[in-house]
Amino acid sequence: MLRYFLRRIGMVIPTFIGITLLAFALIHMIPGDPVEIMMGERAVDPQMHAEALHRFGLDLPLPVQYLHYIEHAARGDLGVSVVTNISVTNEFFTRFPATIELSTCALLFALIIGVPAGVAAALKRGSAIDHGVMGTALTGYSMPIFWWGLLLIMFFSVWLGWTPVSGRISVEFDEPVVTGFMLIDTWLSGDPGAFRSAVSHLILPTIVLGTIPLAVIARMTRSSMLEVLREDYIRTARAKGLSPARVIVMHALRNALIPVVTVVGLQVGTLLAGAVLTETLFSWPGIGKWLIDAISRRDYPVVQGGILLIATLVIVVNLLVDLLYGVLNPRIRHTR
Amino acid sequence: MAELQFTPAVASPRSFLALREFWAHFSKNRGAVAAGCLLLVLLVIALLAPWLAPHSPIEQYRDSVKIPPAWLAGGSWHFVLGTDEAGRDILSRLMFGARLSLFIGFVSVVLALIPGIVLGLIAAFFAKWTDAPIMRSMDVLLALPSLLLAVAVVAVLGPGLANTMMAIGVVGLPGYVRLTRASALGELQKDYVTASRVAGAGSLRLMFSQVLPNCAAPLIVQGTLGFSTAILDAAALGFLGLGVQPPSAEWGAMLASARDYIDNAWWIVTMPGVAILITVLAINLLGDGLRDALDPKLKRMA
Repeated sequence: MLRYFLRRIGMVIPTFIGITLLAFALIHMIPGDPVEIMMGERAVDPQMHAEALHRFGLDLPLPVQYLHYIEHAARGDLGVSVVTNISVTNEFFTRFPATIELSTCALLFALIIGVPAGVAAALKRGSAIDHGVMGTALTGYSMPIFWWGLLLIMFFSVWLGWTPVSGRISVEFDEPVVTGFMLIDTWLSGDPGAFRSAVSHLILPTIVLGTIPLAVIARMTRSSMLEVLREDYIRTARAKGLSPARVIVMHALRNALIPVVTVVGLQVGTLLAGAVLTETLFSWPGIGKWLIDAISRRDYPVVQGGILLIATLVIVVNLLVDLLYGVLNPRIRHTR
Repeated sequence: MAELQFTPAVASPRSFLALREFWAHFSKNRGAVAAGCLLLVLLVIALLAPWLAPHSPIEQYRDSVKIPPAWLAGGSWHFVLGTDEAGRDILSRLMFGARLSLFIGFVSVVLALIPGIVLGLIAAFFAKWTDAPIMRSMDVLLALPSLLLAVAVVAVLGPGLANTMMAIGVVGLPGYVRLTRASALGELQKDYVTASRVAGAGSLRLMFSQVLPNCAAPLIVQGTLGFSTAILDAAALGFLGLGVQPPSAEWGAMLASARDYIDNAWWIVTMPGVAILITVLAINLLGDGLRDALDPKLKRMA
């Protein structure tokens, strides 16, 4: 087990070094002078230009710059936003809870609907239910989610007036930030109105962000369930007279969910990519919107740091999923 | 038997049989055939847009702003799907948008597929020296979620049509490299490769004229599905304002400004999205059909 863990972790190290190289190279691949692009008019003065070049460390030889970059990054210093003058790591962690909160809700939404839908489709294979679930899943999978969000806003927020259009909470509530998770913070504040407002702000973004994972999970659950239902142990369980519900839940679903767990782990990337669109659409103050805003403001330290942090996050989550999979499935950890 | 006419006269009996077998399986999937037909229609519209479109996609009819579609009160058959906030004909914009979207999809798949195949074959054939560097670099690209990688590339290169295709190509690359390498490694074990080697075939010949054709099926499927991802990502970039720039009639870019008209002109919001959804859905249906018809493993399981 330990050997499997170490080997798997060892495989991640070159990827991680590659990511730091990529993030580092980003600022050097911008066509034109990075200082002029970031500072605009102010960079015209030669002295200020030289100063800025020195401040960003851009006057050193490239390998030295890279080593500096790694050294700082290892200490959690990813530079300072050109626009706000706040450290990139700080900005990231202020916004991160908003993205986590939204992604968690989206994933829960996808699981709560996707798994039962996939199971139902597998059990009634070839029926109207099966075709309905698979057709809907394919449509969800093909959906441009930013347009899906626009449609939902148009229908539920503008025409029916049921849900708010954007943001995390109505402006009249000013709750103290304890955890950064709006649901928890408003719950702690003891104001039911604030909590209700936070929930209602979450509903549409959750559906929008959860749609593609929902489609993937439903398809995966169905095919994995169909495979498991063919196994001998299912026939045995049925033959020894267990109730159908018990066979399906205790014997079939438990085994069918193993590949689904992997897929859920891989959805973290999809969620973060989707968060860019969903957060922009709903003005949700998370890291997706932060990154897009930084690009339009040409705030390159933020773009660089944000990409490094997000990629690290994806690598770590994928690694955890792999390790978990190794724990769940001994065959994986003993091959090669 | 219509498929017989499509077969070139020089085709060997073997590939002719393979084609017939493919069609026999593929034509059973009615959804995929319908999707294929729909895509053909879209392709024709895209190619003939300058002649089919009733108006210019960028001409602004200042006295007919936000006209609803023809079948609604206040609509006119002059603008079948209505006009947008600047008085441009939505139907014409969608037709020219099909041109852009299909073009972006096609070019970015080719941009990813060709280097992907070459790198994948190199990694499989010269595993000793090239496998680790190539595959680890692909892992780096895979560590960034697809749209974020595209956004990062555009952040460096700047927005625009060419850079959008480049960015989406980069996103697709690792998939093709991995797929080509995996299937090529499988083929390299087989006797025909050893036989060709013994007969004196060089590596290049082996790579491209012996092994590659046998890896084609999964690549065709992946390429088809990559086509739909490319269209979705291009639209997403357009929506974020990082893709094709206005006033070009790109479907995603058409939706970027649509948010402001959500409460008074729903057709501006709805139409471009419907176009994207139908196109992507059709490509995915076609891809599923191709996979079922081309992948012998799945064929036997069914």
